[in-house]
Amino acid sequence: MAEEQGKGRIIKVSGPLVVAAGLDDPRMYDLVRVGRERLMGEVIELRGDEASVQVYEETGGLGPGDPVFTTGMPLSVELGPGLIESIYDGVQRPLNLLFDKAGNYITRGMEMPGLSRDKKWEFVPIVKAGDEVVEGDILGTVQESPVLEHRIMVPAGVGGRVQDIKGGSYTVTDVIATVGEGSDAAQVTMMQKWPVRRGRPFKKKLAPYAPLTTGQRVIDTFFPVAKGGTACVPGPFGSGKTVIQHQIAKWADADVILFIGCGERGNEMTEVLIEFPELIDPHSGEPLMKRTVLIANTSNMPVAAREASVYTGITIAEYFRDMGYQVALQADSTSRWAEAMREISGRLEEMPGEEGYPAYLGTRIAAFYERAGLVQCKCSGERVGSVTVVGAVSPPGGDLSEPVTQATLRVVKVFWGLEDKLAFRRHFPAINWLISYSLYINKVSEMWAELVDPSFKELRDLAMSLLQQESELEEIVRLIGVEALSSRERLVMEGAKSVREDFLQQNAFDDVDTFTSLEKQFLLLRLIMTFYEEAGKAIAADVEIGDVLAIPECEEIAHAKFISEENLNEFDVLERKVTEAIGGLIERKAEEEAEEKVPEGA
Amino acid sequence: MPIREYMTVRDIVGPLLLVERVQEAKYDELVEIEFPDGSVGLGNVLEVEGDKALIQSFEGTRGLDVSNTRVRFRGRGMELAVSRDILGRVFDGLGRPMDDGPEIIPDERININGSPINPFARDYPTDFIQTGMSAIDGLNPLVRGQKLPIFSGAGLPHSRLAAQIARQSTVLGAEMEFSVVFAAMGITFEDADFFMQEFRSTAAIERSVLFINLADDPAVERIATPRVALTAAEYLAFELGMQVLVILTDMTYYCEALREVSAARKEVPGRRGYPGYLYTDLATIYERAGRIKGESGSITQIPILSMPEDDKTHPIPDLTGYITEGQIILSRELHREGIYPPIDVLPSLSRLKENGIGEGKTREDHSDLSNQLFSAYARGKEAKELAVILGEAALTEEDKLYARFSDEFEDRFVRQGEFEDRTIEETLALGWELLKILPRAELKRVKKDQIEKYME
Ligand SMILES: Nc1ncnc2c1ncn2[C@@H]1O[C@H](COP(=O)(O)OP(=O)(O)OP(=O)(O)O)[C@@H](O)[C@H]1O
Ligand SMILES: [Mg+2]
Repeated sequence: MAEEQGKGRIIKVSGPLVVAAGLDDPRMYDLVRVGRERLMGEVIELRGDEASVQVYEETGGLGPGDPVFTTGMPLSVELGPGLIESIYDGVQRPLNLLFDKAGNYITRGMEMPGLSRDKKWEFVPIVKAGDEVVEGDILGTVQESPVLEHRIMVPAGVGGRVQDIKGGSYTVTDVIATVGEGSDAAQVTMMQKWPVRRGRPFKKKLAPYAPLTTGQRVIDTFFPVAKGGTACVPGPFGSGKTVIQHQIAKWADADVILFIGCGERGNEMTEVLIEFPELIDPHSGEPLMKRTVLIANTSNMPVAAREASVYTGITIAEYFRDMGYQVALQADSTSRWAEAMREISGRLEEMPGEEGYPAYLGTRIAAFYERAGLVQCKCSGERVGSVTVVGAVSPPGGDLSEPVTQATLRVVKVFWGLEDKLAFRRHFPAINWLISYSLYINKVSEMWAELVDPSFKELRDLAMSLLQQESELEEIVRLIGVEALSSRERLVMEGAKSVREDFLQQNAFDDVDTFTSLEKQFLLLRLIMTFYEEAGKAIAADVEIGDVLAIPECEEIAHAKFISEENLNEFDVLERKVTEAIGGLIERKAEEEAEEKVPEGA
Repeated sequence: MPIREYMTVRDIVGPLLLVERVQEAKYDELVEIEFPDGSVGLGNVLEVEGDKALIQSFEGTRGLDVSNTRVRFRGRGMELAVSRDILGRVFDGLGRPMDDGPEIIPDERININGSPINPFARDYPTDFIQTGMSAIDGLNPLVRGQKLPIFSGAGLPHSRLAAQIARQSTVLGAEMEFSVVFAAMGITFEDADFFMQEFRSTAAIERSVLFINLADDPAVERIATPRVALTAAEYLAFELGMQVLVILTDMTYYCEALREVSAARKEVPGRRGYPGYLYTDLATIYERAGRIKGESGSITQIPILSMPEDDKTHPIPDLTGYITEGQIILSRELHREGIYPPIDVLPSLSRLKENGIGEGKTREDHSDLSNQLFSAYARGKEAKELAVILGEAALTEEDKLYARFSDEFEDRFVRQGEFEDRTIEETLALGWELLKILPRAELKRVKKDQIEKYME
């Protein structure tokens, strides 16, 4: 820990905000220690001799006269082996270690480094003495978990000829290499520190193009997010934001997952902690926890640390991106982060903007999402990594016109709009297909042709148009009743119903349904659309729509989502059966008509 | 720290006092306020700046003046004295005995704010609580350690419902008995008395602790009441290993008291005049529920709140719903139709249900059956709405069946007696029975083998 420098005194305490005077040369966003218990805080405003400090721990019992110490360091995270499988609070204190030390409750004044100082890691160099390296180059690797090779990079501001590098078993503070010459020579350890409020540098941003496959049908097929892209999930309480975020954390084809529980429920973090070590990643065959980092600053934990939690999370995400990994970050919920900003801003007596939020709300939100992206990493060679950000938004009363949702929608490229009406009907995920959108759909669907099938996009558009027609027809039904519809229109309604119930609806808690590969998504949608097309032919041939819907294969289509990933060939079989069954109906109809005609002609 | 006494009150605004020339006042410190008539009330420090302390008085400020009021700083936060003897007792909203019993000889004094449970220390709630009520057990089951509020409205039978839950709840298989911690905030004497009589008549009183702040008690006191009650609950659950059911009623009055203080401080208000930190404040109450690894006790919370104008998007129910693990919503319409309990099952939700039900807990068909009942009932209600506009005749045959299903569902599944205690098997059997109204092909949420097993 950094040495304390100047000592000042508290002059005011108001909730999480403390004002101190007499600090020696305080700087904005510097870390300070407050009170005799040395609580963690951060300078967020300077006026003359007075510094306003947001305190990351409960402030009960603090009062004027208590000491405050500067550290001369900005709030930073520790980056290095040991991040994976950790659960941290908003300022990177390991909650498991806090538990070991302090028991069931979070107590104050506990200092706790983010990375273990004792644990040894097996470092394998990949450069040798004499090689030239620049910032970001990989010096060597540590197999941090069975699925994650931790790449030790040349830290910022360091570069030159490698003087000395040694493999072996080291802690994160042991020197593993000396880089550079003379007075520029730097002793490199496996740990770096990075101030959380500053984005980590990269060479160049690229346009995202590859799908982040999440195994969630409505997302992957209808409103996909690209690797390096941004998405938001607004919705009223209980509409399924957290379940969607958890599903992405579980099944997305990312190398590293960063889940930030920002001002939400304690039990939801416990659920992740219990489930993830058990669940197996379909891509790697290893437990999901082996690629996951958790940040948990729940709603009852100090509000200032909640404000910091999203920055702590995204800085760790950027660090893994810089190694060349695809990182997916979920923030649940960004509204709680915004509320933390509002609370602190109110205590600072800043001029409020809309609904009491600070005037800089929009800027902060935009700057946060801007840290997502697909980038060429900073290094001498070519390396590409990405951070995908998915933020939940919790609009009061579900009203999307509120400031946080609006500020978010201005910057993100994918919008999954959740609706409570769908949730009440237990249509999950309750993503409203009429209001949601993805601006990546064209780019991403180009990849589908390669990954799955060239006709996927066309199928998807056809299904989408069915859903749109359905909503128009529903209006008519509401006004004049179902009789008013032609059989063609009734078929559209039935087709759309099948898309909704047999494709869009997906039960996160069913062992099979919880994850659907892109290939199975395609096959399932093709099956549904095949039925629709064949049924259209039948209706054109005057077959009663009721007879088409009565074929036993309809029930099988409804259960097709439960066909397991190992038996995907069953789709072809079923599709053939559907075509044959409806073909049979058309033939029979033709025969009947022919028979009817015979007596006339005879 | 010695007690410091001051007579330097400068301003009195609403429930707040500004005291000057104070030394070493601490944020959130407990104070005693001696009224000019000699009576003593309690308060705490909301803000300190230099030698000024801003204090909220739990007992209000009526009768205070600036020249004769004495303020004593106690050098610690507000605490509750606890021991096993709190069971069976009735306290006021600040935790002072108000029955005829003796003073509590404390084992411990605990700060009423508690500390946040480390998420890593939590154990996930997984034990099904049988409340004996189909609309809850079948569709929105309560789990040991859950926080599940009742969203109600003026004149709806939320008290009877909460009392029935308290009376009938058992943890299936373990036959654990619940202790009840009951906190009244701003409710009428009659409502509070209903609960007291209820606990007495079922002998549950020996396992209960009551904290009572009535409608004519000081409003600001209500800010402390749920915290005092939860401190008692944590003691019983995590030190004495008991299963504790906490009933908090009515959270709406709690929030109004908070708004009053916020307004007196001239804070920038959030929605509808409630403070911007209402979410965080409520979270520090509701999150004091749950289970902890290695502890046998648990806290299950049933907060009750009345929705102003029956509006679910009002900040109080809205923010509550964002924190709790679901909600039970009461419907005025069902109540008018004479259905008890008038639980509006569609917008009601238990988020922990998946972990509390199924094979080995309730029965393997429970989850699918409940999903099927939900969607069938939703469809039936839609059909009925359509029939209102277009007439019964405009419905398809299928829709007519759904409409009938929804009527019978309300009449037989939701409706039950106030003293009717249904086992989970009875509830599930009733659900399958009702599904017989619908065509087989419509039952997409349940599995074929379940249909064969439970419907034939
Ligand atoms: N895909 C799904 N499959 C099955 N059930 C779901 C699905 N999504 C949501 N649910 C149901 O909806 C409930 C609420 O979902 P969730 O907790 O994600 O809501 P939320 O939007 O995060 O609410 P809050 O804002 O209050 O946190 C879940 O507990 C679950 O019962
Ligand atoms: Mg959530």
